[in-house]
Amino acid sequence: MATDFIVHDKADTVGVVVVEDVQPGKEVTGWIMETDETIRFKSLEAVPLGHKIALRDLKVGDTVLKYGHDVGRIVSDVGKGRHVHVHNLKTKRW
Amino acid sequence: MAQHSFFGYRRENGRVGIRNHVVILPLDDLSNASAEAVANNIKGTLALPHAYGRLQFCEDLELHFRTLIGTGSNPNVAACVVIGIEPSWTGRVVEGIAKTGKPVAGFSIEGHGDINTIAAASRKAQEFVQWASEKQRESCSIKELFVSTKCGESDTTSGLASCPTVGNLIDKLDPLGATTCFGETSELTGAEIVCARRAATPEVRERFMQVFNAYQEVIDRHKTSDLSESQPTKGNIAGGLTTIEEKAFGNLQKIGRKTKFIDVLKPAESPAKGPGLYYMDTSSAAAECVTLQAAAGFVVHLFPTGQGNVIGNPIEPVIKLTANPKTARTMSEHIDLDISGILRREMSLDEAGDRLIDIMIRTCNGRLTCAEALGHREFVMTKLYQSA
Repeated sequence: MATDFIVHDKADTVGVVVVEDVQPGKEVTGWIMETDETIRFKSLEAVPLGHKIALRDLKVGDTVLKYGHDVGRIVSDVGKGRHVHVHNLKTKRW
Repeated sequence: MAQHSFFGYRRENGRVGIRNHVVILPLDDLSNASAEAVANNIKGTLALPHAYGRLQFCEDLELHFRTLIGTGSNPNVAACVVIGIEPSWTGRVVEGIAKTGKPVAGFSIEGHGDINTIAAASRKAQEFVQWASEKQRESCSIKELFVSTKCGESDTTSGLASCPTVGNLIDKLDPLGATTCFGETSELTGAEIVCARRAATPEVRERFMQVFNAYQEVIDRHKTSDLSESQPTKGNIAGGLTTIEEKAFGNLQKIGRKTKFIDVLKPAESPAKGPGLYYMDTSSAAAECVTLQAAAGFVVHLFPTGQGNVIGNPIEPVIKLTANPKTARTMSEHIDLDISGILRREMSLDEAGDRLIDIMIRTCNGRLTCAEALGHREFVMTKLYQSA
């Protein structure tokens, strides 16, 4: 099964799209590197290669986990399967 | 397992280089024209023009001298001609480089003019380049190799695959006695505590945190925004990186999973504690960082890129690797190693690490990197504050 996105750690709340064709409604397959698990769900948005896809519903104020660590806070609600980037995720530093 | 010896140039002080440059080194901005004229006259020499060297003072001036002396002293440099506007500071750089035992000569312009200086310096440069051209490579051990790393125009594929590939190499070379270096102080923001845990001793950990906090103070003093579009860069953001924290955890993958860093170096400071991994306080701007690492004596550089940074360095070959399949396809002339197979689960990290060791050894043996073939020679001095 082709891998559409990769997740570093089991605890992560976002994955990274590694193909060039994630479109709304596509059934996407993810590989969790830490545990070698496979997960599947439907993407709700186009997500470009290298960009993040939400693995669960994320609410304003939520901490986003990647590499099992805090990489910022949600500033606009994001549904599972949607694109996570500068429009809804901000740094907690600087 | 990849091959672990290489053919290098053993210098007078015992250090090993992988290139045999004769450098024409200007002390200051005013001497660039003469240095470039000499390099034009004498084929096989290399001028390193730069923007600074006048009216700098105290720590910033010390860094200027350390960078120039370190550059001339790098084992990839066989011999060096230094040209400055006046004899005193020129002599200071010459004396610093002479401690390595390699041939070095200084020329100053005041009282002679450019044309006479260029003539005298060209005669010496010709002598040096003909002497250097007879140097032979000999078999050297991985213990004698100094390897630096820094990533650039990173994207999420950097943290997923290309930075961990460098980390895999570091974890494999560290037990073999190689000397390695990472830096990029500002790009550890958000991951600094995790990085600090990788210090070999509590003292090294404390010094790392001091250096890290001092850099944060610089950013806090000057910032008028959250630095979005500077850190992460526009290129990082296009590649999917959103926050500095996310970028930092990707960056940190370059030091592998188990290797500890044994010392904290000032910018351009040479390692003095023997083999092992060193952290150097550097800017995260690619050319500034690599220039500092080259000045500290590192001879080969590993540069993971996501969106396609094209950097090279005049004296330290820069090997680029990417895991981004689009970058590997659209910018292939810049990519020495394509490891995008990791993202397709066709290549393991361990295999990618071995491939990186292989291309590094081939580069050490003389293979030109993409950046060398394309003529990338970014030599960028770090300046700490305004001149007096």
